[in-house]
Amino acid sequence: MNDFYIIFTASLVAINCALMGSFLVMRKMVMIGDAISHAVLPGIFIAYYLSGSTASLPILIGAALSGILATLMIEWFTKKARLQSDAAIGISYTLLFAIGIILISKFGANADLDQQCVLYGEIEYVSLWLQPIIGSFSLPKQSITLLIVCIILIGAVVWGYKGLFITTFDPNFALSTGVAVTFWHYFLMSGVSLTTVVSFESVGAILVIAFLSGPPAIAYLLTEDFKKMLVVACAIGIFCSAAGYYIAKWLDVSVAGAISSVIGLVFIIVFVLTSVVKSKADVISA
Amino acid sequence: MINIWEHIATFFSVENYTLFVVALGSGILCFAAGVVGTFTYLRKRALIGDVISHSVLPGVAIAFMLTGVKSPVYFIIGAILSGLLSIWIVDYVQAKSKLKPDTILALTLSVFFGVGIVLLTKIQHSGNAAQSGLDSFLFGKAASMGIWDVQLFSIIAIINVICIALFLRGFSLISFDENYAKGLGFNISFLKAFLALLTVVTVAIGVQAVGVVLMAALLITPAAGARFLTNSIPKMLSFAGLFGFLSGIIGVVISYSGTGMPTGPWIVVVLSIFALTSILFGKKRGVFARMKLRKSNNVKINNENVLKDIYKLAEDGTKTISISDLVEKEKYPLNKVKGILNRLEKDDMIDQIRGLIILSDQGRIGAREVIRKHRLWEIYLSKYFQLDVDHVHDDAEGIEHVITPEIEKHLIKLLEHPETDPHQSKIPY
Repeated sequence: MNDFYIIFTASLVAINCALMGSFLVMRKMVMIGDAISHAVLPGIFIAYYLSGSTASLPILIGAALSGILATLMIEWFTKKARLQSDAAIGISYTLLFAIGIILISKFGANADLDQQCVLYGEIEYVSLWLQPIIGSFSLPKQSITLLIVCIILIGAVVWGYKGLFITTFDPNFALSTGVAVTFWHYFLMSGVSLTTVVSFESVGAILVIAFLSGPPAIAYLLTEDFKKMLVVACAIGIFCSAAGYYIAKWLDVSVAGAISSVIGLVFIIVFVLTSVVKSKADVISA
Repeated sequence: MINIWEHIATFFSVENYTLFVVALGSGILCFAAGVVGTFTYLRKRALIGDVISHSVLPGVAIAFMLTGVKSPVYFIIGAILSGLLSIWIVDYVQAKSKLKPDTILALTLSVFFGVGIVLLTKIQHSGNAAQSGLDSFLFGKAASMGIWDVQLFSIIAIINVICIALFLRGFSLISFDENYAKGLGFNISFLKAFLALLTVVTVAIGVQAVGVVLMAALLITPAAGARFLTNSIPKMLSFAGLFGFLSGIIGVVISYSGTGMPTGPWIVVVLSIFALTSILFGKKRGVFARMKLRKSNNVKINNENVLKDIYKLAEDGTKTISISDLVEKEKYPLNKVKGILNRLEKDDMIDQIRGLIILSDQGRIGAREVIRKHRLWEIYLSKYFQLDVDHVHDDAEGIEHVITPEIEKHLIKLLEHPETDPHQSKIPY
């Protein structure tokens, strides 16, 4: 059952990240996702500190807001201060992360948070906190939160697909036809923040970034059809979660690390295969 | 606050040896990173520092697995090799696929770090006694810096300064215009690889002090701050180095003034304060400087518009011009017009006598100048762009405030000293 709990939890993170990550990849905004995943630290700490627990709704909202704060900061730097965008991202998230670490070191004796946990996560221990569902069937508490977020995200993507799609692929056309580009931007960023915050505790910031960038990138190499890309990205994420978990178990190493490594491996295989196919096609057409 | 001052006093009296060593070491390291980071920043590759710092982890772990000892030399060699590999992968995938840089950066850093964690946990679970604290190496251990580290950082700082001094022109050229540099006969791929090597070495060594996440800040933040103070690369390098050095020292002093205060994050906070200050208050490019410039431009435009309208009203034969005439002509509200008129009176451009407005000689000259520029531009547009006469006014309305006396002279010459504009109004010389 432990195997199932861990793979189930990781797969939920994978699906959430694949949904958001596919849009980020097409919008060239993956590093903003990276920034958010680091920048939520002060928000999460303040939430821990004020309430003393993790699993409550106001805390999720608070932490997600600190993700939004990071995007606002990046936007202010690029638009108002005219700083180049890569530097704006770098400055914002390192500052927020540094503030988070300072807060944790200063006041966090009871907060059970440290830099390692932030980066690695603790997916190995999800089965320590089980929540009975029906009869003897129970699920890890974290996966319940992830499941709720997953349903919200699927709902949001289905409901807002048109707006998200048009602002992602043709922002100028969207702007000229009166689509609220800014609204969809923050709509997506809220989703990314929410995903990062709920995923971070179980898998750590690094695996969140791997899930946000890897499966969508692999899917994009395989298909140009965006709807297919979303589905393929989710499937790849789930596959990497399961494969990574069993490899980690076999080698007795970190699960989050192993899943990231498998994502890298799958990427390399798909990258090599697609370039071979492409170069063959080039030869034939030449 | 008193606590901090005491610490500064102790710091300079060299009584507290540890504090002295850590502060000096951090200062030198941040200096070295700030200098080399200037080019990373200028080449718009600020986030590559983030990738390198995450990517050194597998190298360090493999170095430990192969040698079985916690030797900084092996660690640094391993770190440099895996850092270089990560840069090469980023460049290769970017050249060979349709994926965008941001995706490749995020994927590379997370996969390298993931592999690193796998290796690290493998080492930990293998029960090797020497492994304890291997990961603290990667999360920063500035507080346990020794004199050996200070020497190492100094060597790196000196190497960076010498190399940048030697290749200043080449590095500057590849930061702005690679093709131009190629045309001048510079060896682009060598320069790029060399710059990458300097960056990787600096990051590989700096990671031990501030940790993987914050290392990126040591490269980018000083350069970003310096960029708002100057347009010259040598000056920017000096500012970035200085910001780094001061932040390193101040950050350490602050972190030593309280218990359980981490060093790396405080350095980053101080660096960010430096950068934010220059982003806000930078003399030319700073946020406030640009706001001020915009405001003074607006004042100029408003003044000129009102002046012009007074002149036009007089030209059309209005004998007595009052504020309400202007409010009607301008789209400005009454209070705004009043403010502008008071400003104009202060500048001796107009006189206001019992609600009536009279242009002074100086004001007449100013008004004619604006109108002249406006009408010259209308002729220029209709003559050289064959624009319809009905369409030239709006464009001229904006440009009349921008044309300099030199451009005006050129226009007059080019248009052969015209007498009337396309609407048959006389041009006032």
